[in-house]
Amino acid sequence: MTGAPVPDSGLTLEGVRVALQGRTLLALSDHVGPSEVLTVMGPSGSGKSSLLAYVAGTLAPAFTASGAVWLNGRRLNGLPTERRRTGLLFQDDLLFPHLSVGGNLGFALPPTLRGRAARRAAVSRALDQAGLGGFADRDPATLSGGQRARVAEMRTLLAEPEALLLDEPFGKLDQTLRADFRRFVFDHARANRLPVLLVTHDAADAEASGGRVVRIGDTP
Amino acid sequence: MIRAAPILTLALLLGPTLAGLAGTVLPAFGYMPVLGRAEVSLLAWRELLATPGLGRSIGVGVLVGFVTTLVSLALVVLIAATAHGTRAFAFARRSLSPLLSVPHVAMAVGLAFVVAPSGLLFRIWGGYLGGPARPPDLLIVNDPWGVALMAGLVLKEVPFLFLILLAALPQADAERGLVVARTLGYGRVAAWLKVVLPRVYPQIRLPVLAVLAYGLSVVDVALVLGPTTPPTLPVQILRWLGDPDLALRFRASAGALLQLALVVCGIGLWWLGERATARLARGWIDGGGRRACDRTAAGIASIAGGALLLVVALAFAAILLWSFAAEWRYPDPLPASFTLANWATEGRRAGALVGNSLSIAVLASLVALALVVGCLENEDRHGRRRVGAALWLLYLPLLVPQIAFLLGVPVLLIVPGRDETLFAAVLVQLVFVLPYVFLSLADPWRATDPRYREVASALGASPTRTLWAVKLPMLLRALLTALAIGLAISFGQFLATALVAGARLPTITTEAVALASGGDRRTLAVYAVLQTLLPLAGFTLALLIPGIVFRNRRALRTP
Repeated sequence: MTGAPVPDSGLTLEGVRVALQGRTLLALSDHVGPSEVLTVMGPSGSGKSSLLAYVAGTLAPAFTASGAVWLNGRRLNGLPTERRRTGLLFQDDLLFPHLSVGGNLGFALPPTLRGRAARRAAVSRALDQAGLGGFADRDPATLSGGQRARVAEMRTLLAEPEALLLDEPFGKLDQTLRADFRRFVFDHARANRLPVLLVTHDAADAEASGGRVVRIGDTP
Repeated sequence: MIRAAPILTLALLLGPTLAGLAGTVLPAFGYMPVLGRAEVSLLAWRELLATPGLGRSIGVGVLVGFVTTLVSLALVVLIAATAHGTRAFAFARRSLSPLLSVPHVAMAVGLAFVVAPSGLLFRIWGGYLGGPARPPDLLIVNDPWGVALMAGLVLKEVPFLFLILLAALPQADAERGLVVARTLGYGRVAAWLKVVLPRVYPQIRLPVLAVLAYGLSVVDVALVLGPTTPPTLPVQILRWLGDPDLALRFRASAGALLQLALVVCGIGLWWLGERATARLARGWIDGGGRRACDRTAAGIASIAGGALLLVVALAFAAILLWSFAAEWRYPDPLPASFTLANWATEGRRAGALVGNSLSIAVLASLVALALVVGCLENEDRHGRRRVGAALWLLYLPLLVPQIAFLLGVPVLLIVPGRDETLFAAVLVQLVFVLPYVFLSLADPWRATDPRYREVASALGASPTRTLWAVKLPMLLRALLTALAIGLAISFGQFLATALVAGARLPTITTEAVALASGGDRRTLAVYAVLQTLLPLAGFTLALLIPGIVFRNRRALRTP
């Protein structure tokens, strides 16, 4: 892909290599267009999460990584995480325990949305979309696992990301919830025309994503 | 600003220590222009070595340091080995933790009230159990061999080492190691000593050395409980400093350097002892013996632990009783009548002293907390983890005998013509407050899931916003605990305030020490109670505030 012009929409990985102590964990060049899903599959310990960390700019200093990352024509390398606009969703919901459900969503709203009333309206719209209307003042610790997962997804979307990075976000949910939440996440990603990078070790996740699958860390 | 935090912390930690040492070394060799001497000489050393009873001062001091450390460590290991995983362990944890907040001096005063010939124990004997109606003619407190001093120190060091050990146990993977050893047929105590102790000791090693260094050069507790003719070397040095004859300052400086050498040798000796023990223990571990006198060990541990708690309880009872006692004749176990007069007459002065203690403590703890947060945040942002060497630096002020560098600090403060002020007291106390605040906050801070921070940045929050809106609120409980520890450490400081701020800024602790040598018991009791209450109030607030702030947040409501 080197030398080819970078597409001005979608997420482009250009010769990305991540290594730990001299051992290459993964090497990848690919392009994920808007509304597309690219699934990276590998066993646990294969370093697939480090790919997301590299794209999001949160890679621990112990890793060495190279290669360019482009998002909608912007080069992400060197940008701090908070200016990359890459929404990040983990297996754990990681809702901030000191904030209410509404507080968690409000945290994500961009500062350009001004006025208390407007921000609260945006929060309750998001909760309605997630089927959680009226939950704004609840303590996140009192929600069920599935509800918390949906709040986490809405929080990610409210920050208006340009790409979605999913780190086994369905891993902790049981089978029935899992399919629901998977659909919920992919539908929202498509509705917002977001490129999605999904890492998982579960073949069902890969299948449900309906996109291309790249395998890493398998024995050659 | 965040980037400067580690350097600033290091400077505040090491600056006074090293500068103070310089201020001790120079006069020890005759150089002190303020006092009109500027030629290098060994006069001070000749005078020091000619001090009558010096050998005994040193001998008793060294004995106290080693006995205190060995006994405290042995007790803690014994309690942990026999009780790990039982209900008694949870009880020990709950009952010993609050003791940590009690300053050394208050504990020493309480102990003196219990074991002295006219103290609570002999009153109970005389009043209830048919003992004599006069106090026995015994020298129990201030005994020449420092036994009372050792007891007073052990009462404080056991809770300290126990809590340090508790904190280290999870990192040593103690639970699983014990299960493995016990399924291989090892008894409870043998399993703990052979599997857990070798892994946990390296982690509690620095605190053990700090206990040793403190015991070898203790001043405040020694002033209350220690021998008097001759006193231990650090106390003798303090006497020389207080002497109107300024020439004695030179001898004091030489003595302080000698004290430093003693502590360095003591730590070296302990290190050799560790080596020897490890070598012997290896053979014992290889030997495959499955039992280690479980029943005897459990017996000793529960008796010793019980006795310790009983003495502490009696000590607090004695302090409280004396502070409200009107008439209390020997051998009545309880006062004949109670009064508020002791408190009322001391009211105004006590208020002023509490004010002084609070001003120093609040300033020192807040500055320390801000610096520590800065250091830890810097570590998060720039991904650098501290190494072992940095931990030694943190412990340095706790290992160097206080008297050795504090003695030099006032010299520095006087030399540039600066007044002894609150500022100086805060600056010097920071040296002792910073390490504890750091040690208290570092673990919970580093244990916070870094993905919270990553999620916050991915949502567009700047590092500053992430710090203020995510990390600090989530760590509120740990921050308040660290603050309470800083306050408690500051409240308990004697030498750092006495030498640096002196009579200008008396605190409840300096007052209690001053009253302990021959002051009125009732007044002394009032200050001992205040000394106990102030840190306790801090810890209580640290416990209550998160519960109130997070009353609607289940995940953060309980520790």
